[in-house]
Amino acid sequence: MRYSIFSLAANALSGHRRWTPAWRDAAPQADYDVIIVGGGGHGLATAHYLAKTYGVRRVAVLEKSWIGGGNAGRNTTIIRSNYGLQGNIPFYEQSMKLWEGLEQDLNYNAMVSQRGVLNLAHSDSQRDAYARRGNAMRLNGVDAELLDAAGVRAMAPFLNFDDARFPIIGGLLQKRGGTARHDAVVWGFARAADRRGVDIVQNCEVTGFIRQGGRIVGVETTRGAIRAGKVGLAVAGASSRVAALAGLRLPIESHVLQAFVSEAIKPLIPGVITFGAGHFYISQSDKGGLVFGGDIDGYQSYAQRGNLPTVEDVCEGGMALMPMIGRIRLLRSWGGIMDMTQDGSPIIDASPIDGLYLNAGWCYGGFKATPASGLAFAHLLATGEPHPTAAAYRLDRFATGHLIDEKGQGAQPNLH
Amino acid sequence: MRIPCPYCGERDLSEFVCRGEVATRPDPTTLSAGLDALYLRDNPAGPTREHWYHAQGCRLWLVVERDTRTHAVTGARPAAEAGS
Repeated sequence: MRYSIFSLAANALSGHRRWTPAWRDAAPQADYDVIIVGGGGHGLATAHYLAKTYGVRRVAVLEKSWIGGGNAGRNTTIIRSNYGLQGNIPFYEQSMKLWEGLEQDLNYNAMVSQRGVLNLAHSDSQRDAYARRGNAMRLNGVDAELLDAAGVRAMAPFLNFDDARFPIIGGLLQKRGGTARHDAVVWGFARAADRRGVDIVQNCEVTGFIRQGGRIVGVETTRGAIRAGKVGLAVAGASSRVAALAGLRLPIESHVLQAFVSEAIKPLIPGVITFGAGHFYISQSDKGGLVFGGDIDGYQSYAQRGNLPTVEDVCEGGMALMPMIGRIRLLRSWGGIMDMTQDGSPIIDASPIDGLYLNAGWCYGGFKATPASGLAFAHLLATGEPHPTAAAYRLDRFATGHLIDEKGQGAQPNLH
Repeated sequence: MRIPCPYCGERDLSEFVCRGEVATRPDPTTLSAGLDALYLRDNPAGPTREHWYHAQGCRLWLVVERDTRTHAVTGARPAAEAGS
């Protein structure tokens, strides 16, 4: 069924009893052209673009539990392309352009809301760095506006402008940035991929790889062996664990990143606002909850929950920036497991083993990259060549010295 | 998470800085061994041994045994005694 105002009206008239499932809960077949391991946003987007753009139809997405149950359901839903390095800008801008047309492409309401992303500056040197970043963005055709304090005040008069230690002197605004509904992104990609014949197999955990003459030709799973021409991993958070099944060690540490949502309140935060003096970012969901987060906890973890010192640190950042949120009650907090690479940038590349491909290392930034990551990974799997926007995300860049140190930090040295 | 410092007793996480997995010092004459030691990680889901620094306490470097799935800390020794 194609979703439209007419399908909505017809279903409303029939009491909403005739909606059909948005995708099939497929059973695995014996073999495929491409297997994607990981049914999160990136894996499902990869399957969608493989089928749609590259005409590869015998595709399966294997998910160990239910789709979107990992980091796709644990992020703070921010989308933006305000990067400063040449290896990153075209890729994230590709992603932003795909976000802008995503709902029409998928025929699914992903609630993409371009409400703006504002990075605040608290010192002259920080403003200079934002000016440089904004110029790099504009040279690449990305929108960026450098605001002075009055410009920021017009957007967000409630901020703590005259703080003695971290006064707000301006900011870098990307108006096309904003938020999207994380679950709807997963469901939309799943539905679109399913309509093109992709098998989405849930409760199917990969437990090993099938090798033939040094090449990987399939996977062992909890639902039996499945053979494939190529296998792609899109399991950020667990990349080291799955790659270890193939005998690979990756330049990745898994860390826990906590996020928080408050009780729902009337509209308060216009867009996404980030604190430049600490690490704190906040937006308001359409339901009214304030969604915010900060730093990783700083130790390796697969626990999907964090510790209290980081909760305190994040809330202190929030109180320094907008003291009026101090009386709002916290509703929930949770943790997601980040693939932290050593330079803070992702990996979309062939692995050293024939037939095995990696989409990993998304650090904090996986959600906004979902469409472009899917497109670039699909390109790599279909053609064997890196997509032009993702050519810098090589696995061997740590050995060759071509690091992409956007922020000059990865998992270490504790500079978060 | 609380860490049983052998000198200070059981202390709160906020007093410590984590450096990461305990690794053996690489062979200085081999480039690839150095690159592996710098960038690659075992990153296990389960028991692991890590270097932690008791920055807000006795300032000892510790080898802490911890489970990355549960955050359960099962032991801590001074790194000098642990020989790594």
